[in-house]
Amino acid sequence: METKDVQIMEDIYAENDQVSEGIQQDLSARGIYAINVLGAPGAGKTTCLINIINRLPGITPYVIEGDIQSDIDTRRLNDLGIESVQINTNGACHLEGVQIQNMLPKLSLSKPGILFVENIGNLVCPAEFMIGEHMKILICTVTDGADKPYKYPLAFEKAAAVLLNKADLLPYVDFDRAYFTKGVQALNPDAPIFLVSGKTGEGFNEVCEWIKARL
Amino acid sequence: MHEYSLTKQIVKIVNRAASEHNAKRVTQVRLVMGASGGIIPESVQMYFDQIAQGTLAEGAQLTLRLVAPQMHCPVCNQNFTRPRFSFECPICGTLGSPTDIGNEFYVEGIELETDEPSIRKG
Repeated sequence: METKDVQIMEDIYAENDQVSEGIQQDLSARGIYAINVLGAPGAGKTTCLINIINRLPGITPYVIEGDIQSDIDTRRLNDLGIESVQINTNGACHLEGVQIQNMLPKLSLSKPGILFVENIGNLVCPAEFMIGEHMKILICTVTDGADKPYKYPLAFEKAAAVLLNKADLLPYVDFDRAYFTKGVQALNPDAPIFLVSGKTGEGFNEVCEWIKARL
Repeated sequence: MHEYSLTKQIVKIVNRAASEHNAKRVTQVRLVMGASGGIIPESVQMYFDQIAQGTLAEGAQLTLRLVAPQMHCPVCNQNFTRPRFSFECPICGTLGSPTDIGNEFYVEGIELETDEPSIRKG
């Protein structure tokens, strides 16, 4: 019996990255731009999506909802006439490329438009796994506290934009905006920070103009 | 659960390399992991022990080299280890920018047992 040492140097995320690149190419060929929506549980991801979709007339929206359990968000979107399908991960903390690949045939994708993928509410693992998106956006809230860029740097580093939601609650919370902004800018100097309120609709026109410019 | 899906991938990579090298069994797996990846090493070993059962990788010992996250200071033009709750360069106080150091996660290599004598081509 011989003992042998073998060099491998293989990235553990590589296979998922390859699947994601395939999905992205497939969507691009259909004229569909995919946005991976990240945010903690309760950040208002679905409410923000509805605000965005309502302000993008003429652009066909598709939504894949990721949740550990339940189809509450998907029913809410379908009730508004937005074509959406649900992934339940039954405990897993993030979505992966293969799951999106399996869901695409369940959407019509009949016209060019935007596919929003609402990831599992979590600031850690979803940042690690590409799912075929053209960009990520990150939804934070003024009630979460201003230290989030420092605690979850990767999510902020990878987001093309940060939506700071629940702006209507700013007068009631001690949110250090300068500290937050400094952290985001260090990690990601190009990412705009949009102050928005899913409740009042404040700030979403600017978000939508920015999205349209990226299509 | 994060660790579970990643560990499945580790076992897959290890077993593929092990069969390519006609291994009888894998004795050691060397992983390199960025400390900012949010991965718990003990969980990786626990899942590995379960997932590798019945494969060439069963019973292999994982060793893990952790890489501390580094930021780059544009003024000092050098990297620094990211402090907690701040991105400021410890020397000049300028905000650092992120680097890829501290995000890696890869299988560096394995140690395996084989019946075949090493063949040296030359």
